[in-house]
Amino acid sequence: MSKPQGSNVKERAKSALKDEFLIDAVKFTTEKLKNGKKAATEEHGNWEEWRERGRLIRAHTISHLDYYLSKFIENARAQGVHVHFAPEAKDAARIAIEIAKHRGAKSVVKSKSMVSEEVHINEAFEELGIESIESDLGEYIIQLANEPPSHIIIPAIHKNRYQIADLLSKEAGETLPPETKILAGFARRKLRDKFLEADIGLTGCNFGIAETGSVVIFENEGNARMVSTVPKTQITLMGMERLIPSWDDLEVMATLLPRSATGQKLTVYMSGITGPRREHDGDGPEEMHIIIVDNGRSLQLGDPEFQELLNCIRCGACLNACPVYRHIGGHSYPGTYSGPIGAVLTPALNKNTQEWHDVANASSLCGACYEACPVKIPLHDMLVYLRNRKVERGYTASGEKMAMKGFKMLMGSHKLFRKAVKAGQIGQKLLVRDGYIRSQIGPLKGWTAYRHIPALPKRSFREQWPGLSAEIEKSIQPMSGEMELRMEEIVQARRKGGGHA
Amino acid sequence: MKVSLFITCISDALFPPIGEAMAGLLARYGIRLHFPEIQTCCGQPAFNSGYWDEARASAKTILEAFDDSDFVIVPSGSCTGMVHHYYPKLFENDAVLFEKSNRLKEKTYEFTQFLVQVLGVTDVGAYFPHKVTYHPSCHGSRLLGIKEEPMQLMSHVEGMEFVPLPYAEDCCGFGGTFAIKMSEISGAMVEEKSQHVLETEAEVLVGLDMGCLLNIGGNLKFHDKPVRVLHLAELLYEGVKNREQTAGV
Repeated sequence: MSKPQGSNVKERAKSALKDEFLIDAVKFTTEKLKNGKKAATEEHGNWEEWRERGRLIRAHTISHLDYYLSKFIENARAQGVHVHFAPEAKDAARIAIEIAKHRGAKSVVKSKSMVSEEVHINEAFEELGIESIESDLGEYIIQLANEPPSHIIIPAIHKNRYQIADLLSKEAGETLPPETKILAGFARRKLRDKFLEADIGLTGCNFGIAETGSVVIFENEGNARMVSTVPKTQITLMGMERLIPSWDDLEVMATLLPRSATGQKLTVYMSGITGPRREHDGDGPEEMHIIIVDNGRSLQLGDPEFQELLNCIRCGACLNACPVYRHIGGHSYPGTYSGPIGAVLTPALNKNTQEWHDVANASSLCGACYEACPVKIPLHDMLVYLRNRKVERGYTASGEKMAMKGFKMLMGSHKLFRKAVKAGQIGQKLLVRDGYIRSQIGPLKGWTAYRHIPALPKRSFREQWPGLSAEIEKSIQPMSGEMELRMEEIVQARRKGGGHA
Repeated sequence: MKVSLFITCISDALFPPIGEAMAGLLARYGIRLHFPEIQTCCGQPAFNSGYWDEARASAKTILEAFDDSDFVIVPSGSCTGMVHHYYPKLFENDAVLFEKSNRLKEKTYEFTQFLVQVLGVTDVGAYFPHKVTYHPSCHGSRLLGIKEEPMQLMSHVEGMEFVPLPYAEDCCGFGGTFAIKMSEISGAMVEEKSQHVLETEAEVLVGLDMGCLLNIGGNLKFHDKPVRVLHLAELLYEGVKNREQTAGV
């Protein structure tokens, strides 16, 4: 039950598709989350309006990101926070290490943060001999398995409880039964000590509130609250696009995010942190750092095809809705982020058109991701834009280029198209048996490995049309006046509207 | 009033009875369907693969073919979606073709949209005594919002037993070149879809997009399952002819 192997998505998917445990685990949980979301959005009543509101808030913030970032930084600094800016992943890791060295830290306890995965912070700490422990149960499990998360919000979605029991038993030095309560109880006891020992608490950030320079964290286990209150130093990693203007806007996000992610009306813990511990505070860190991470995000600003990518609130709803993700799991995708958002984000953040290979092809463009997205990011369109960029830069396979040249020639002329169909009707004869092509040959192999192809009929529609239309002419009835009027009105309305729907 | 048929390349070459059914059905409402021969393909196979220059060559035949039509009717939500959502993008740098794209967009209708929204027809007077299930194709239902129209049309078919398809809204795995490039994933998706179709024990699977139906139908055939696969236009037309025969028209 290791990670799917292979050098690209296609190969890893092939290996994942054979792993029944993985597929069953992923299907089971995505199904549960999807149904949860469905119930929560229906119960909400005005979901589409809130979705549009969410989109507007995010789009506005991203369009004025320079303004809101400087406001956020100014306000956070006024509260005594040390704010750092990391242009690239390695800068974020370097800054975190400098802080750890400066504080003489021996151990770090973390709450869930996808940005920390993105910048590989655990590895950076480990190199220095600083222990870095994940405290979110799912993250803790995959840390023990030495694997990256395979889902944005359910990092261990690909593991069933028996596999989890095995991992935790190893850690416990005794056999733990595969019962959720017992397993969670073990992790809780184990992690409690870590919280108390840790020198640094490292968190992610769901939203940064520009008007007060505050950080807001959504979670269900209470571990992020421990991480951000017990250790003396807190480091928060924040993607530079995580901002919203005000606490009022948070109301919309606090409604959209949990409902989309897990179907919860509200998240169990929502912590708003404004600066380090003050004189009369009961708890909180003495020192607080926020590392704002760019790592390719600013490359999307001003790009009409990809800027909306920054509107993402990392709910994972697109993963749960995606039929491809459901079949292959998160580890088949390259990079930290998986599913439809990952398929776009990974190439877009890296801008390495040549290297990202086939991830943008791992979608049937069904649009389920767009439909699920609480801020309406058109991921299905972006996947096509990515494919287009690869083509424009000449990085596609030569066979494909040839095939597309052929397409251009044939489909550019109805006469050639007609001839090609005719040639197909004649040429297929050797392959057709009982009206179907079944042989698994050449370029059709991928198709015929799962399906038979109906043979081309003797005459295409365009060949049949002259005879057909004469035949149908006999059955033409008079049109009703009402219908005629409707059609007239529609045509008139178009002319009045200046010609645009 | 010029009402034109955009047959789509797949129905033209592989499924001619769909065009016949559309022409036959509309004739009964006084519409003489017009078929401009210069049309080829909407361009999606190239467009979705990122080959936009190649897609434009194909899309131009569509812009030309229907330039003087008042209504364009398509037996596919996917090809209609291509015209609606991507033609303006595809021709954004050509003022003349951009304008043509926008004009084409506002007069192009998927077949059931045209019947229900334009003609106001929800009962075609069909009799089809079979057990039927329906796969709502992704582009039609998600990009164009075609959800009610086919249901309204089917609800008026007499003698028909409708069985809802479990997980109906899940993609069948077609996705054009996706089915070839990512054949294993696509294969797993269509296997799952066929399984759901078989669970309904329907005699007939009906849909609005022949890409998807070629995929699901091909997989059902692969497993030697005798489910009849039809475009809704074919089902309705057969139903209308059934009714006319029994009535002795």
